[in-house]
Parts: sequence; structure tokens; C-alpha cells
Amino acid sequence: MTHTAIVAEQLHKHYKEKRALDGFDLTVPQGMVYGLLGPNGAGKTTAVRILATLVRLDAGRALVAGYDVVEQPRQVRRSIGFTGQFAALDEVLTGRQNLRMFGRLFHLTPKQAARRADELLERFDLVEAAGKGVREYSGGMRRRLDLASSMILSPQILFLDEPTTGLDPRGRNEVWESVRSLVAGGTTVLLTTQYLDEADQLAERIAVIDHGRVIADDTPDALKTLIGGDRIEVVMKDAADVPVAVKVVARVATAEPEVDDTSRRVHAPVADRVAALTDVARTLQDDGIGVEDIGLRRPTLDEVFLRLTGHRVEEQPDEAGGAGEISSPDTSRGATR
Amino acid sequence: MSTSTMPSRPAPAELVDDGPGQRLYWAFADGWTIVRRGLTHYVRQPTNILWQLGFPIVSVLLFGYVFGSAMSVPGGGDYREFLMPGLFGMTMAMGFMNTAYAVVLDTTKGVTDRFRSMPMAPSAVVTGRGGGDLVGAVVDLFVLAMTALVVGWRSQAGILGTLAAFALFLFLRFALTWVGVWLGMLVPNEEAAGSLFAVAFPFAMISSVFVAPALMPSWLGTIALWNPVSSTVTAARELFGNPAALGDTWIEQNALLMSLVWPVIITAIFLPLAIRRFQRLSR
Ligand SMILES: Nc1ncnc2c1ncn2[C@@H]1O[C@H](COP(=O)(O)OP(=O)(O)O)[C@@H](O)[C@H]1O
Ligand SMILES: [Mg+2]
Repeated sequence: MTHTAIVAEQLHKHYKEKRALDGFDLTVPQGMVYGLLGPNGAGKTTAVRILATLVRLDAGRALVAGYDVVEQPRQVRRSIGFTGQFAALDEVLTGRQNLRMFGRLFHLTPKQAARRADELLERFDLVEAAGKGVREYSGGMRRRLDLASSMILSPQILFLDEPTTGLDPRGRNEVWESVRSLVAGGTTVLLTTQYLDEADQLAERIAVIDHGRVIADDTPDALKTLIGGDRIEVVMKDAADVPVAVKVVARVATAEPEVDDTSRRVHAPVADRVAALTDVARTLQDDGIGVEDIGLRRPTLDEVFLRLTGHRVEEQPDEAGGAGEISSPDTSRGATR
Repeated sequence: MSTSTMPSRPAPAELVDDGPGQRLYWAFADGWTIVRRGLTHYVRQPTNILWQLGFPIVSVLLFGYVFGSAMSVPGGGDYREFLMPGLFGMTMAMGFMNTAYAVVLDTTKGVTDRFRSMPMAPSAVVTGRGGGDLVGAVVDLFVLAMTALVVGWRSQAGILGTLAAFALFLFLRFALTWVGVWLGMLVPNEEAAGSLFAVAFPFAMISSVFVAPALMPSWLGTIALWNPVSSTVTAARELFGNPAALGDTWIEQNALLMSLVWPVIITAIFLPLAIRRFQRLSR
């Protein structure tokens, strides 16, 4: 098969006046992880749900695994795995029972379903928990079981909608590991995320989406170059030392350092992260200059947006985002429609 | 994470794209898988049945013993004999809350979406629910009937009449499943599903379950008489040979007929509504 894994052309979808997708274009080649990066409300979920045949589009055309999502939904469903924003599992059943049930619903024979369940439990490191009710699972375990359920037919294409939102760092790592091993097996993954570092970690290509439209589409490296890559950040003890810091930072920076006087913060993009950090730290220390904090910071989604659109990620009323993340999961719009 | 390579893709039993025969087969097979899921729930949480039956069982004691002596059955007969079929009916009438609750859980947790993203028969999501709830209702009725036997209730009818009466209860419950599915997709979350009690309670109570409608104020009595629950309960009382407090209104005289007609009407209204609601998920 030589088709492109996913082709979306000019997808439009609106809810009343709200345009969730507004001319969304995407081409995903086979066998890679493709990141769909955007803030809460950008249209990521809508795009994925349309491609997974869960939501009808208003206009445009989408082919998944070579099949039209509107004309051939059954063929599409046989070629995809879908993992929504929340772990879609039967909480009462055990992990093994969940997998067997989904296996049966994928039309495996009882024997095949049982064997497949055992394979997947092993693969996703859930053998010990297999006989426990899902209710007792941790967030990371649920997500893994959720992924396993989408992998029953070893789909060509896997949709993951914010697979790590709401997980602690450990759970996040577990999921990242699973995704990496899936791709090693040849699956194409379309993954949405609000985290730049997640897209950076997993994706070979990233499409940045804003207001229902793809506004940039490139490799993570190219995107980072565009916005200046990692930054070094120094916070001075004494405001009088800020000019010195600017000089020191400028020596290792790839662009003019930026200064925030009120917080006595100097920051600039750097190319060689570790060399830059050690150089600046040593120089300042040797000169006996008081440093309150020093570190490397990855560019945030906010900075990507600022560069690409000239505006920051729009404030959402219900958000409480810190650096590098935009907001809490958009639980306000669950799957209850 | 095991590093073994992915085993080759298991071949689904359904290989070629399906003709109408194949589709029908999978509609049943997938529905049955969902029914089995419901059964596994009962096996894994057996005490849930007792929780669900807590209210009817407490009612047996409360109305059978505490208030029972003050209750009279118009036309004569033992109140407890009158009460038990009423409680069976009440349990069936309120059962749609369990359906609604299960549906709203599946919808909010994304399980419904997972089903919809799979190549299974879409109808199975709804029919499987109906089948599973029906099995649950059989278990409910069994436990209640045992309780009723313990407190001295008896069916005076033969095996056939007794089974027919129980079948009427199940028929009502089955019809109400579609109300539950519809409501479950209508309400936004579990809490809202819980508040459906405010609908279920009067629906079950303003009927001939506890008191003969003849003893109610006339406007309330009329509502109670025309409540589908009353028709089923009255028909069952007659079939069981229990006191039925039968008045001479048309609706009471034709209770058996209406116990068949009401569920058909309910299904005719709410099954299409439930299906439409299901299809609207893709909007
Ligand atoms: N079912 C719906 N009804 C109304 N508005 C919706 C619905 N689904 C999504 N939206 C709106 O469409 C926009 C895009 O939503 P979504 O695709 O969920 O974004 P994301 O996943 O990027 O956070 C948001 O403004 C959201 O409020
Ligand atoms: Mg989303």
C-alpha cells in the first residue's frame, strides 16, 4: 500500500457560530508520529474526531488509510485505533476483560481475542494488573490499557488525543515509551498535544493549529529554529548586575538577550545548551556576581504562538497554565454530546 | 515495556466486506458481546443488586408490616398479596434509571466513542444495553419474588399464568430501557442522571403500586389509572390471582390488553428518539 496515511483537505466544521475547524489541511505520510500542537480550543479534538469517523464534517474531504471518512467509514474504522481525551474503559471490568471485550467487538474469535489480550497485556506491562478492576488502576496504567485497546487490530493509523494530559511525569513517560514502541512497529500516529515538549519528544513533524487552521507545519527542529530553540535564563540577585549578565549571556547566545528589569531576568536563545549553561554559570561565579537562579528553558507553546501569529495563546477563562503548558485539560467539553 | 516486536496483525473473523447477512450476524454477535459485558458487571459486583433492590425490599417491610395493617384493599383481599406485584412493577418502572446511569457513564467516559470508532455494528451499542438490562431485570425479579415468598406472598396461578405475569413485568422494563437510553444521552453527567429520580419516583408511585387509585382524589386517581405501570401491575395481579382492587373503568377492565399496548407505545416513541440521539453524537 502506497497511499498517504492521512489526507485532509479544507475541513470545515462549525458549532452554531463557533468555527471549530476553518479550512484545516493536513497530510500525514505513513510510519511517522505526527504532532498536532495547539492551545485549548484550537480544534485538535474536532479534527481527530472527524478523521476517526466520530463526527461528520460540514465541508472538505478526508482520506484515512486511503478511505474516505464519509463514504467508507467502516473501512476507515478497520484501519484505525482511536484513543480519546479520556481513557475509554469499562471501569468495572478487569484489564483483561476489557481487552477481550474490545477484541470480540473487533470481530476476533474468542480464542484470538484471548490470545491478543494476553499479548497486549505483556506488551504494555500490565500482566500483574490484568486481573484487577480498572477502577484500581493509576492514571498511567489506564492510559496504557487504553492504548492497548486501540492496538487490538494493530491498526495502520493510531489517533491519540492528548494522551498525557492529566498524567504525572511518571505516567507521561510510560505513555511516551508505549508510543515510541508502537511507531517502531510501523504504526502511523497522529497525536494531539498542548505541550511543545511532548510534540518535540515524540513527533517527527508538527502541525501547529490555531483557530481551526494549520498555521505552521514542519519538523520540531525547524520550528524551534524559527522561534530560537532553547533559552538560557539567568535571574540576578542585584538589579545593578543585570548589564553584566547581559554581556555574559550575549557571548553564548544566538540572538540578542532579552531583559526583564522588574524580575532581574536575562534570557536568550542558545545553540549548545550545556556548554552555554556551564560557561555562563562559571563566568558569573568567577566574577563573584550574585545569581539567584540560572537554568535552561525550552521554548513554550506560548512563544511558538507569539512568533507564528504575533499574538499570545488566548486566555481561556478556565485556565491555570504554567510555563510550557497552556491550561488544564479541557474537561468542560467532555464527550457528552 | 516489553521490547518484543509486534506480533503479526490478527485476522478478524470478518474478512471480506459484509453482505446483508454478515451484517445481521454481527449485529447480533456484537449485541451479545455487550450483553455479556453487562452480565460480567453483575458477577463482579454482586452486591450492586442488593443496593438496587434496597428500596423495594425496604418497601416490603415498611408497607407490608408497618403501614400494612392500616391499608385496605377495595373489594377485599390481603394487603400484602396486593402489594407484592405492585413492588415488582415499581422496580421495573424505576429500572430505567439504572439504564440511564449506565449510558451516561459510557458516554462521559468515552466508551461510547470507542465503540463508535470500531468496526462493530453501531446498533449493538443500543440493543446490547437493552438485552443486558433485561437480564438484570430477571435477576431483580427473582430476588424480589424470593423476598415476597418469604413474607407469605403466593401466586395462585399455575406455572404458565405466573410466568406470563413475570413476562409482562419484563416487557414493561424492556420498553422503558429506551427511555433510559434516551435520557442517558440527554443528561450531561452522572449527577444529573441521579436527579432523574425526581421523574422515576412519581412515575412509579402515582399508580396502583401501593394504593388502589379508587382511594385517591379523583384527578390523581385518573392519572394513576392511566399510568402504564398500573396496567402492568393490575394485569399481573389478575394473572397471579392476587387481589387486584379492580374498578369498573375501561382502563382497569382492559388491563391485560393495555399491559401489552403501553410498552409498544413507549417503544414506538422512545426507541426512535434514542436512535436519533445516538446518531446526533456525530454532529
Ligand atoms: N460539540 C460541540 N459543541 C459546541 N462547540 C464545540 C463542540 N465541540 C467543540 N466545540 C468548540 O470548537 C472549538 C474547538 O474545540 P476542540 O476541537 O475541542 O479544541 P481542542 O481539542 O484543540 O481543545 C472550541 O471552541 C470548542 O468550544
Ligand atoms: Mg481537545
